[in-house]
Amino acid sequence: MASERTIEQVLKQIRPEFDFTASQDFIGDGMLDSYDVITLVAELDNTYAILIPGIDILPENFQNIAAIEQLVRKHVSNHELRLQ
Amino acid sequence: MNFVFSNRQISGMLAVVPANERSFEDDMANFHFPVARSLKLKQVMGYDKHRLVDGPVCASDLACFGMMHLFHEGLLHPDEIDALYVVTQSPDYLMPPTSSVIQGRLGLKQDIFCMDINQGCAGFLIGLFQAFLLLDQQSVRKVVLINVDVLSRKVSTSDRNSYPLIGDAASITIVERSGDPTLIYANLKMDGTRREALMIPAGGFRMPSSPETAILEDDGDNNRRAKDHLRMDGSAVFNFVQVEIPPLIADLLHLAGATQEEVDYFLFHQPNRFMLQKLAEAMKVPLEKMPSNVVEHYGNSSGVSIPIAIAHNLRDRLATSRILACLSGFGVGLTWASMLLPLGPLKFCDMIDFQ
Repeated sequence: MASERTIEQVLKQIRPEFDFTASQDFIGDGMLDSYDVITLVAELDNTYAILIPGIDILPENFQNIAAIEQLVRKHVSNHELRLQ
Repeated sequence: MNFVFSNRQISGMLAVVPANERSFEDDMANFHFPVARSLKLKQVMGYDKHRLVDGPVCASDLACFGMMHLFHEGLLHPDEIDALYVVTQSPDYLMPPTSSVIQGRLGLKQDIFCMDINQGCAGFLIGLFQAFLLLDQQSVRKVVLINVDVLSRKVSTSDRNSYPLIGDAASITIVERSGDPTLIYANLKMDGTRREALMIPAGGFRMPSSPETAILEDDGDNNRRAKDHLRMDGSAVFNFVQVEIPPLIADLLHLAGATQEEVDYFLFHQPNRFMLQKLAEAMKVPLEKMPSNVVEHYGNSSGVSIPIAIAHNLRDRLATSRILACLSGFGVGLTWASMLLPLGPLKFCDMIDFQ
């Protein structure tokens, strides 16, 4: 299940120079650009064995750890439902 | 907008790519990003090698090279060509049209219809629409559709968002009438309100090129480009493709009364591997039916990427077999289009290096 700690670790792999717990707007604060978001989606897909749909790759879903966690939870739930 | 055609065929295809090849590692020295971050992007997007013109090579140079190859190989005779469409965003000149340049350089007959179309990643589809329509005229028996771009000359080498994916190339597609009444279905949408998502701001009459438009500016994400350079709003383009293309294809298949399973290949424009994989996931199309391997070998050459996807992946099969192909192009304009058509056997389907 998605946890803030795991998501923070994934973010740190992509941009190790930032403290992601200190911002509520990663994109506005220049911590993630659009290509970092794509890298992040690929990492989240692999980490949680999910497929985040392209239509969900929107800036608002990657603003902060809580938003990313919510996105991951939604697709982990969908994945588990599909497996049942 | 929907279209239905019949008694039309693609009879041959040739792709021309520059022999000059650069690797992502070659390019990285120009990017202002940590190496590890760039390599991660390479892995996700499928960047590796790309083919770029070396020096002041123009669109007509690639096109004429390919046409001369066809003439020399006896695959096309100059006098057979009744129409020449050239789809490009990188013309030799603002005027005259590049199609006129090519006609003149090749010494083609005067009894010919030549026309330029300013289109990009949907340009193969737009060109096919025009070729199919012109074949309604009895005086037109053979149309040569040339898609060509040398856009690397308009991309900043310090722009990590665009430079690693860009590729230069030309394709020559022969379009003719056929005795086969099988219907060919197509659809097209355009949205000029989103025109700034992909653009070269300077160089036209709205903002003529000047010393000021050549100054490199940081975009805030460490990419440096000038107003003379191509700029792409990556987020907007990605979202556009993911939102618009699945329903476009669903509408096309509905129009044709066909199922996804009946389609042998989904031969789409090749922006990058990640975008195509996300499209395949959304459409529930097996990855092996939607090739996404063009960017890693050649780069994204706008309207030429579908012909390259066909030549790279299917040239042997199309020499003897027929497939049901779903084509789709999407990009500048914004423009998005798709077509469901039988493809093959082709008289020729090949790829050559421009020297």
